[in-house]
Amino acid sequence: MIIVKQLSYRVPSGSILRRIDLHVRKGETMAVMGMSGAGKSTLLKCIAGLLRPTGGQLLIDGIDIARMRESQLDNIRRRIGMVFQYAALFDSLTVFENVAFGLRRHTRMTESEITDVVMARLAMVGLAHTESKMPSEMSGGMQKRVGLARALAMNPEILLYDEPTAGLDPITAATIAELIIKARDELGVTSVLVSHDIQSIMSVSSRVAMIHKGRIIASGTTEEMQNCEDATVKQFMRGETQGPIHVTE
Amino acid sequence: MSDEQPSRRRGRPGDVAGEILQDVGDELAAVVAAPGELTYKTLNKFFDFIGDCSILAARTVKLIFKGKVDIREAFNQMAFIGVASLPIVIITVAFSGAVLALYMAQIVVRWGMGSFTGAVVGLSIAREIGPVLTSVVVAARAGSAIGAEIGSMKVTEQIDALRALGVSPIQYLVTPRFLAGIIMLPVLTIFADIIGTMAAYMVAVVNGVAGGGFISSLKAQVLPHDVYMGLLKTVFFGIVIVIVGAQQGLQTSGGATGVGKSTTNSVVISIVIIYILNFFLAYVMFGGKTQFL
Repeated sequence: MIIVKQLSYRVPSGSILRRIDLHVRKGETMAVMGMSGAGKSTLLKCIAGLLRPTGGQLLIDGIDIARMRESQLDNIRRRIGMVFQYAALFDSLTVFENVAFGLRRHTRMTESEITDVVMARLAMVGLAHTESKMPSEMSGGMQKRVGLARALAMNPEILLYDEPTAGLDPITAATIAELIIKARDELGVTSVLVSHDIQSIMSVSSRVAMIHKGRIIASGTTEEMQNCEDATVKQFMRGETQGPIHVTE
Repeated sequence: MSDEQPSRRRGRPGDVAGEILQDVGDELAAVVAAPGELTYKTLNKFFDFIGDCSILAARTVKLIFKGKVDIREAFNQMAFIGVASLPIVIITVAFSGAVLALYMAQIVVRWGMGSFTGAVVGLSIAREIGPVLTSVVVAARAGSAIGAEIGSMKVTEQIDALRALGVSPIQYLVTPRFLAGIIMLPVLTIFADIIGTMAAYMVAVVNGVAGGGFISSLKAQVLPHDVYMGLLKTVFFGIVIVIVGAQQGLQTSGGATGVGKSTTNSVVISIVIIYILNFFLAYVMFGGKTQFL
């Protein structure tokens, strides 16, 4: 479904992604883990078409989106839902308007059909009856769930999660993790998740890749990664201070 | 990993003014240390800014001609840029017209030419005070809001969220404000011209100018062309306010500090451009010399 081939992303100050290879199969949840600043979010934004890679290919169903024009990318983006690290809800709109945003602009649905979809998605994320609230009236966890409802409203084939559990208490983080599994099982979406929350990664994903200094240094199933002998992966998974990774890097 | 440019200094939002002052100090220090390099950097920044604004304006106009405008949002912006700015525009232009009439009356009455007050004040208001002060007030009020709102959306990833939902940020955020700017600036200026002239009339009469003389000289010297050209100027000023605010907002990085800088820059750059552009527009529209003289 998603094939990343030799993908690079450079900015004037240096390389952020260096020849990344990644293969995400249809219907699976792939996690990309790594330290802060390793290039996880940049990779996710490249897949979402928000950043243009400076090298390599990014194939979605065989179509290379790395060289597409902005107008062509809009059509691809409608097939992709993205859940942002801090939800990125439109703060001038209500919860209902946020979730209905894409539907109103890209579909010919009537207002009552839109209402049905919005209510169903809000119920799915456990936020029924919050439709008239403003984002500022909600907690961080609730905002992330609204962000997920907004991403799901357009029935995307691919869902991208940027640090979905970062900054949340353990119970809210577990709730978000359950919703990610629910979205995969009930809607059959293909998901890519970037995070450094090992517990959530192991509970929601079928395969994991580790990115370090802009390169994929290991990938495999969750079991394979837990038993990986690579010193960097081991240190990261166990959260140890001694090892090849230094926090000043 | 975020794609935002890392902030050099991370401070509280309240530190914004101090940081801007420090940046000015840094720039001045750099001029002394390496004048050539700074000239190059400044020119580079200047041409980047001109290029960004030109592309943004061209894309906005193209989207408007394609009919891709959120009409509901355009009306909201008209209310914000136009209706909500009206009281402050009226107060500013009324008192400016009044003080101009006060000075004029004191001089011309002494020389027995009190009736000229109407012509001079009327022309000044129609050509300059009405259009320029209205635009400066809107730049300060709405231009800063445009820079702050779009800048805040940029640093909280709302702009990315728009793009991820397949919606062009220019279409959703800039085109409604652009339409509101070019429609509401002339409308505000009409109110400003009328109220400014009325205030000038009252002050002139109180200071010894004959009311009839004021009106007749106003009618004789202030032609429809003067009013129309004044209103036309505000269309250009409206474009400047919206495009500069949006450009500054869209290139915001660095959290609260970045939003503060974009807000300040939106106002400062807009007002400077308005004054410079005003001279050239006046030169083209009024031939560099007034009919009155």
